[in-house]
Order: sequence, then structure tokens, then C-alpha cells
Amino acid sequence: MASAQLRARSTARSGARADFWVGFRESITPTMSAAPFGALFGALAVDHGLTAGEAVLMSVTVYAGASQMVGLNLFRDNAAAWLIVFSIFAVNFRHVLYSASLGRHLRHFGFAQKIFAYFLLVDPVYAASEMRVEKRRPLGFAWYLGMGIPVYVVWNLMTLAGALFGRLISEPERYGIDFLLPIYFLGLLLGFRRRANWLPVVLASGVGSILAFLYVGSPWHVSLGALAGILVAVLLPPGKAANDPVPGEDRPEGVI
Amino acid sequence: MSAATADLAPALGPTFALSATHVWIILAAAVVTYVTRIGGNLLMSRFKTIPRRVDVALNAVPAAVITTLVAPSLVQYGTGEILTLAVATLIGLRLPMLGMFAIAWILLVALRNIGL
Repeated sequence: MASAQLRARSTARSGARADFWVGFRESITPTMSAAPFGALFGALAVDHGLTAGEAVLMSVTVYAGASQMVGLNLFRDNAAAWLIVFSIFAVNFRHVLYSASLGRHLRHFGFAQKIFAYFLLVDPVYAASEMRVEKRRPLGFAWYLGMGIPVYVVWNLMTLAGALFGRLISEPERYGIDFLLPIYFLGLLLGFRRRANWLPVVLASGVGSILAFLYVGSPWHVSLGALAGILVAVLLPPGKAANDPVPGEDRPEGVI
Repeated sequence: MSAATADLAPALGPTFALSATHVWIILAAAVVTYVTRIGGNLLMSRFKTIPRRVDVALNAVPAAVITTLVAPSLVQYGTGEILTLAVATLIGLRLPMLGMFAIAWILLVALRNIGL
């Protein structure tokens, strides 16, 4: 009996370990795409009057690239503290949608696992997790860590490297470094093309975000554009859900 | 820059100095960011079962949000970048992510170096 239990436990453990490494492998592209931006943030932070220590503290605790860049500009302009914090909140507001959407598939995580998992919920980790649901593979905590931790660790190491040696990189534009993130996000976007009403949602969000970008300004284009796309999804007839995640089935009922 | 406030970690030396003002702003920013990351889940956990319409809306989140991270670059950048995104879309419909990413990157650098 005891040995059967032990065996079961060790099988579970080696299964978790395998899942972790699957996540780790899948995290290589997102980690590589985020890395240059970690270095860019570190270099810009020092340029904008933060110390290397403060740059790393910001990456370690805030861990949201676009909002960190916005924060830097406000630090430099000596903006009021509440304005800096509020702007960072505004840029990061999209995470509310991520966590609402992904939360449906993380109901089997324990309380502490959730607390930790949501801290790691950056754009690529969100997209990879949704993709996992889309492919109907199990979305376990071990896989999630394998995906989320390398992105986090490399982001912080690159922030440090950028803050210490940032001045050595001249002309990042020549190497296309500044445009890697849009290419990467486009790749993520295409990965979801089999979902119901994908094209109308993309068109509505695209037009909406460009208009908001031009006439309202960044960062509001993210929330406003996303709202346009979501509205279209709700108003359209359900559509041929080529590959929609099955509602309910993979979600045992449960709270938080 | 805000006037030099107390350094919270003098032992770390000037490179890693932490001004009290900066540290508090950064920590407050970290808290509001975490609130956005857990907030959607907290809201959703109030539902026992998720209404159909909400479910449809949430399924649209990946496409709706990720699009807004790409689309503005069409008006922010020039011909070379737009061309890169167009080719990347065509490639992305056939190749997996990594291949598409590599080809688009090479194409972008080439286009920029010929001045597009």
C-alpha cells in the first residue's frame, strides 16, 4: 500500500518535472524576444536618472515592460508620484482582461499557486497559456512555472546588464532590436486564428486601437482597441468555433 | 530628478543606490500592477457559472488585446516595418512561430539597411 502510494507520488513528481521542461522549452522564443527589451529598459532607466539598483528593483517588482518604459519618462519629467503610479496602472490595465480570461482555466491551482501564478502573468505567458488551452493540453502549475520563470529571470538579468553596460549598444535600430516585439506579438496573434470570429475581432481591435492611438493617445489605445474587439465578439452571432476552448468542461466549479 | 532623498541602501554604493522617493513610487507601481494581474480573476470568481456572453467576450481577449499591441506600429513606423509585418503574416500562416520570427527579423534588418 505505502509503496504503491510512494510510487504514485513519485510518478506525479516526475510528470510535473517533465511538464516543467516542456514549459521551459516553449518559453525560449518569448524569453529571447523579451530579453532585448529588458536590456533596453535597463539602459534607458540609467539614462533617465534611475540608478541600476532602482532599475532592477522596478523590473523585479513591477515586471511589466511597456509600463516600466512609460514610468521612466515620467520619472525624468519629475511628474507627481500619483501620476507615475496611475499611468503605470493604466498601461497595465489589460492584465485585468488576461486574468479574467485565463482564470477560467486556472481554477484547479491552489491558493498559493494562484497568488504566485498571477504575478508572472505577462503578455507572452498569457498567450502561451491560452494556446495551451486551445490545443487542449493540460495547463498545470509545473508547466506554467517552466514557461513563466525563464521569462522573469532573463528579464531581470537583462535589466541589470542594460543598466550596467547599456551605453555599449549603439544604434539598436540597425539590428532591428526595437521592432522585435511587434513581430513577436504578430506571431502570437496568428496562433489564435482558429478561434471563433477571430478576423472580425482583429479588424475591430486593429482599427479601434489605431484610431485611439492617433486621437486619444497611448496607452489608452490598448484598452479602447481591446474593447472594440470584445464588443464585436459579443455582438456577432456565435460563429463557427473552429477551435474554441470548450466552455465549462475543463473548469471544475470552484471559487478563486 | 527629484531632489536626492535618503538612500535606503548606502552599503550598496552609488550604482545601486536606492532613493527613498523612487523606491516608494516603484513599490506602489508594483502593487497596482499586481492588482491588475489578479483583479480579473477575483472579479470572475464571483460567478458560480460564467454567463454565455461573458464567456464569449473572454474568449475574444487574446485576439482583441494582442492586436492592439501590434496595430499601432502600422502608423508609427515606415514602409520597411509595414512590409515586414505583411510578409510575416503570410509566413506565419504556414510556418511555426520561431521560423516566422527569424525570417521576419532578417527581412527587417535587410530592408532597413537598404534605407526602407
